[in-house]
Amino acid sequence: MSGYFKDIVTGLKSLVVGMQITNKEFFTKPITLQYPHQSVKMYPRYRGHIELVKDPETGRNRCICCGMCEKGCPSGCITVKSEKKPGVKGKVLTAYILNFTTCSLCGQCVENCKPEAINFSNEYNLASTRREDYIFDLLQKLHPEGVPEPEVDPELLKKEQEKEEAAKKAAAEKKAAAAKKEAAPKAPAKEGGESKAEEKS
Amino acid sequence: MSSLAQSQLRETFELNIGPQHPATHGVLRIKVVMDGEYIDRAEPILGYIHRMHEKMGENRTWNQFWPNMGRLDYLSAIAYNHCYAGLMERALGIVVPERAEYIRVITAELNRIQSHLLGFGAYIMDLGGFTPLMYAMDEREQILDLLESVTGSRLTYCYFRFGGVYNDIDDDFITGTRAFLKRFRPQIDLYHKLVTGNVILMDRLIGIGPLSPEICRKYGATGPVLRGSGINFDIRKNEPYSVYPELDFDIPVYHECDSMARYMVRMDEMGQSCRIIEQALNKLPEGPVMAEKVPKALKPPKGDYYYAVEAARGMFSMRTVSDGTNNSYRMRLRSPTYSNVSLFEEASRGMLLSDALAFLGSLDPVIPEMDR
Repeated sequence: MSGYFKDIVTGLKSLVVGMQITNKEFFTKPITLQYPHQSVKMYPRYRGHIELVKDPETGRNRCICCGMCEKGCPSGCITVKSEKKPGVKGKVLTAYILNFTTCSLCGQCVENCKPEAINFSNEYNLASTRREDYIFDLLQKLHPEGVPEPEVDPELLKKEQEKEEAAKKAAAEKKAAAAKKEAAPKAPAKEGGESKAEEKS
Repeated sequence: MSSLAQSQLRETFELNIGPQHPATHGVLRIKVVMDGEYIDRAEPILGYIHRMHEKMGENRTWNQFWPNMGRLDYLSAIAYNHCYAGLMERALGIVVPERAEYIRVITAELNRIQSHLLGFGAYIMDLGGFTPLMYAMDEREQILDLLESVTGSRLTYCYFRFGGVYNDIDDDFITGTRAFLKRFRPQIDLYHKLVTGNVILMDRLIGIGPLSPEICRKYGATGPVLRGSGINFDIRKNEPYSVYPELDFDIPVYHECDSMARYMVRMDEMGQSCRIIEQALNKLPEGPVMAEKVPKALKPPKGDYYYAVEAARGMFSMRTVSDGTNNSYRMRLRSPTYSNVSLFEEASRGMLLSDALAFLGSLDPVIPEMDR
């Protein structure tokens, strides 16, 4: 019987101690943020999806299309598309496709990028009901008003054109020579010696 | 055991706890054969979220395996990062700068506090008390904010790298951590006042779920489960790694072998982690956070490598066999929850169902890490 009353006393005591703490909370400021109206502080190091960095000097991306991000990615969610344009040094980025549905934000691509062309964005409001909404073209995201044409270096363009012409000329000559060669056996036998001499010269 | 269970006329029925049940912390299914209100046999059924992490370790390159380390035990991901970093540094012979080691210890211990806080809150919620979870979550958010400001993520960290850490900590983090410790220490006393001293909790935990040291040894239990059974085993002391030997801290051990002992080990570990963080912040040296000579193409020499760390739930160890190429020949992960839960079958025999849930909660299982 005494154990019964002892239990009641200790039970009431622990109830009072617990309620003291709970009651204190009535007089403290609530810590809950009313989310859509208020939002939490975002840290600069927050890892959102990756984005291309705009070079402040040129206003374009810094990507050299080496494909190291593509190779380093554990889930294979990056596709870099590039092409060679006349008068521009190196390759030109035409599309940088990120499949964010499989990205695990490990940072291997950002670490692998030598020219520091990609970085983490601070974007976190990405809710959508469609899967296609998570396949981003980062180049379009960088230039929403339209991707600017790459700057053409006239000297390089001239050089390239000269080279191309030279190559064309060489190809044409080769073709002509080949045609001649092909034509040679068909020619009458008596003229054979002459044509051979021509070829040697 | 009930008198019915011992009689010849016993009748049993099957009951599924989980896989979708709020008291099972995820997708753990326990098939229980019940004899009235008493458990006749309980069989944990695993594998609902098996993702082949070990096989992934063999298919991916060494660097590509990094994000997996955050997805095993999502509550103490940094300790898992630490293990993989240590393993590969041992294999490649990389010397890590001291500052990086201190940063690793600070973040890992913050992560441990965060894990125990959630374990504490969720455990009390298992037992039917909702309020303590809110108190625990409040403090946990502070830690997540601190860790987010350095690592960039809030849960699945991928912060360590072979030879150091991803980026350096700043003064904001240091002052923020110091302020947090100052705020958090009285909070532990508050938890004890609010929860530990509560009569209902004491009735539900003291003497419930007895685990003898023998059964812990038999199943290879580690972490708070083992230390709650009176065995002083902690990788940080027994096989010291990183800069833990330079820091002064105690390993809380309780000899009661019941659920209360395991709960108390976790609560005391939070205080010890605070001590570790404080000392590490005081000793934090200047310097680089990344080793200078880390090869781009990682090809560890042929051999067999092993590394173990103390994660929040016990010993986590990795063993890898390298054949000298750029991915692993065999990757083996030993996770603490797997062995901690496997003893449930033997230990829960003859237990009341409500006690068995209190016992399961005291093992603090994290299912993704168990299934891997």
